[in-house]
Amino acid sequence: MNKTILKAAIVAALSVPVSAVAADSADIGELKQMIEELKQRHEAQIQALEQRVQKAEARAVAAEQTAQSTQGKIVAVEQQFQAKPRSGDNSFNPAISLVLQGGYASYSENPEEFHFEGMPLGGEAGLQDEGLALWETELTASANIDNLFYGQATIGLHTHEGEIEVDVEEAFVDTLALPAGLGLRFGRFYSAVGYLNEKHTHAWDFADAPLAYQAFLGGQYRDDGVRASWVAPIDSLFLEVGAEALRGDSYPGGGNSGDFGAVHNLFAKAGGDLGRTNSWQAGISRINVDVEERSAGGHAHDHGGDSPTFTGDSDLTVLDAVWKTDLGGESALIFQGEYFLRDEDGQVSLSEGAGDALFNYNGEQDGWYLQGIFQFNRQWRAGLRYDRLSADNDLVMVSNTTGEADDDIFEESGYESSSHDPHRWAAMVDWSPSEFSRVRLQYARDDSREQTDDQVFLQYIMTLGAHGAHQY
Amino acid sequence: MKSQVRQFSGLLVAYFLAGSVHAQVNVFACEPEWAALTRELAAEHATVFAATHAGQDPHYVQARPSLIAKLRSADLAVCTGAELETGWMPMLQRRARNPKVLAGKPGYFEATQQVVLLEKPAELDRAEGDVHGDGNPHIQVDPRRVLEVAKALSSRLQQIDPDNKPAYAGLLQDFTARWQSSMERWHTQAAGLKGKRAIVHHREWIYLLDWLGMQRAGSLEPKPGIPPNMAHLADLKQQQADVIILSPANDTKPSAWLQDQTGTPVVVLPHTVGAVPNSDDLFGLFDEIILRLSESVRR
Repeated sequence: MNKTILKAAIVAALSVPVSAVAADSADIGELKQMIEELKQRHEAQIQALEQRVQKAEARAVAAEQTAQSTQGKIVAVEQQFQAKPRSGDNSFNPAISLVLQGGYASYSENPEEFHFEGMPLGGEAGLQDEGLALWETELTASANIDNLFYGQATIGLHTHEGEIEVDVEEAFVDTLALPAGLGLRFGRFYSAVGYLNEKHTHAWDFADAPLAYQAFLGGQYRDDGVRASWVAPIDSLFLEVGAEALRGDSYPGGGNSGDFGAVHNLFAKAGGDLGRTNSWQAGISRINVDVEERSAGGHAHDHGGDSPTFTGDSDLTVLDAVWKTDLGGESALIFQGEYFLRDEDGQVSLSEGAGDALFNYNGEQDGWYLQGIFQFNRQWRAGLRYDRLSADNDLVMVSNTTGEADDDIFEESGYESSSHDPHRWAAMVDWSPSEFSRVRLQYARDDSREQTDDQVFLQYIMTLGAHGAHQY
Repeated sequence: MKSQVRQFSGLLVAYFLAGSVHAQVNVFACEPEWAALTRELAAEHATVFAATHAGQDPHYVQARPSLIAKLRSADLAVCTGAELETGWMPMLQRRARNPKVLAGKPGYFEATQQVVLLEKPAELDRAEGDVHGDGNPHIQVDPRRVLEVAKALSSRLQQIDPDNKPAYAGLLQDFTARWQSSMERWHTQAAGLKGKRAIVHHREWIYLLDWLGMQRAGSLEPKPGIPPNMAHLADLKQQQADVIILSPANDTKPSAWLQDQTGTPVVVLPHTVGAVPNSDDLFGLFDEIILRLSESVRR
């Protein structure tokens, strides 16, 4: 641009002397015309240049705008990236959690001889190993399988008599999208009997199961089968009713029926809130078991020889209720109780020495517990629990070729009820530094047997991995 | 017995019929702030249930039976997300038998999915306390983000209840206008807060500080979700701060001690709708926050 102006100036300067030499008016007119032409030409050039500059400027603005919109797009992409829907707790991997449980247990009586008169122990019932020990290690994986199914499996590792046992505790599938509030669960799962049975041990409020769970459910009842349940479409009250059909592979089943559906369970749960601070849940379940050769005597009852076996019907009714009051801040009061009523009818056979014995057994047994937990704050809780069981069994000898007296056989079988009702007081304090760790100290005065057993537990529960559910 | 059964089934039929003519959208809001926002955006077209109230910490809620019952009949669940409800919402979704509100369905809305989150941890380690992998979930104390959520929530309502689309669009327009003019007012009132340093109890105020241009000088909790301890409080004494912020749910002892030691004023701010008097809707919530915060810093 500057160059062009310079050229124009030089041309103009040269043209002045030329015009002076040629004094002819026609020449002057010609020259004037030439100058005019030059001027016009230069103006046109300048205009063209100006237009080019304007165009360039417009292009720059456009480029800036493009840059801005690109940046906008980048932000949008970033937002989209952040907003991309997740499929679960850990992208497409299942949510995995590992629960470590262990502790120290001390007893004033021999834990190997733990039993209830008239209610022989089955399943996993019994006391924790004495001394310092690993109690249970559980690995759980869960995820939505697709839009229709949810799956969960828990692998448990226990030490039993010095051997490590690997156990599929649970492995079940839930439907997610059945219409009308219906749901199916199939696989292996904890039966919906009572309140505590469906909770894993690490979610319990005490270091051990209530006596009624030990006596009637073998500690905790889980089995292979199917559950169908329905949640009522009432928004002011929770109401769920359901039915289960199970194999009867574990106590209170006999494990020998080979006939799917040896155990039937019907259950109903209701629950709701009362005001802003109270909530409750109550349930009833009725479990009917077709028992085929159930070995009596759990962990602690193997005294050589064959255990007596029971064949017959076992019907158990459980009522449960939970009440929670929020006391403001982080403190709360929780009451929980369950009542069990069992009726067993059938025959017990046993071998003793060279002969066998067979007797009719008709048992009427009940048990209950009531517990209260006070939560001081998010980290500290204390609780008190009372348990009681009673049994009234009617035994009639059918045949006895053992050579021993009938009364001795009844006593040795463990099916003879006594006037002593097993009962227990337990008190606990636990501390949870975070949602993922808990340490518990528990003392129990256990009168399950004739002699009082003073029990002390120091327990730890540690959760690694996925955040657990706050089950009610 | 038979007549009772008949009566019961009659009631059920009546219920289902009533349900089918029921035109309102049934909304299950996980927290009171989203209940309030839904009420602004849906007005009479929705019935809104708040699953938690201001006195409850949404981290620690249990999957109570009443919540299962409410979610069972919901058309839309409006939650914070970013793992805030991870302890109870997935369990409710599994137990409520309501396919409409499962994750990934239009009937499940997460507010944190609609905005850019702060404090997304580079590393996930529980030794760092209760950290959220997706970022800090407490977005409700930033009115800019509330507005973004409002836009997304309104379009979700329009998707779920297309018959009332124009009504939702109108309500959003109205809300946006009122919200923007309120935001200008709040900004003017809070002009003096810019650059001030705050110590917070729990790390739930980052979005408020970010909006107001304030700085976080520290938190009373040594790690998120871990209660304050003396050693950590003693360290905080060295921090220069203009104000200590806590919510009504927090323990007042640690902040009182620090105030006693350093003279830094303490202010209790509502962290959600209904947490303090006069904070019964979203406008009242921010009115109270700005009023309390500017008063305490001025003093």
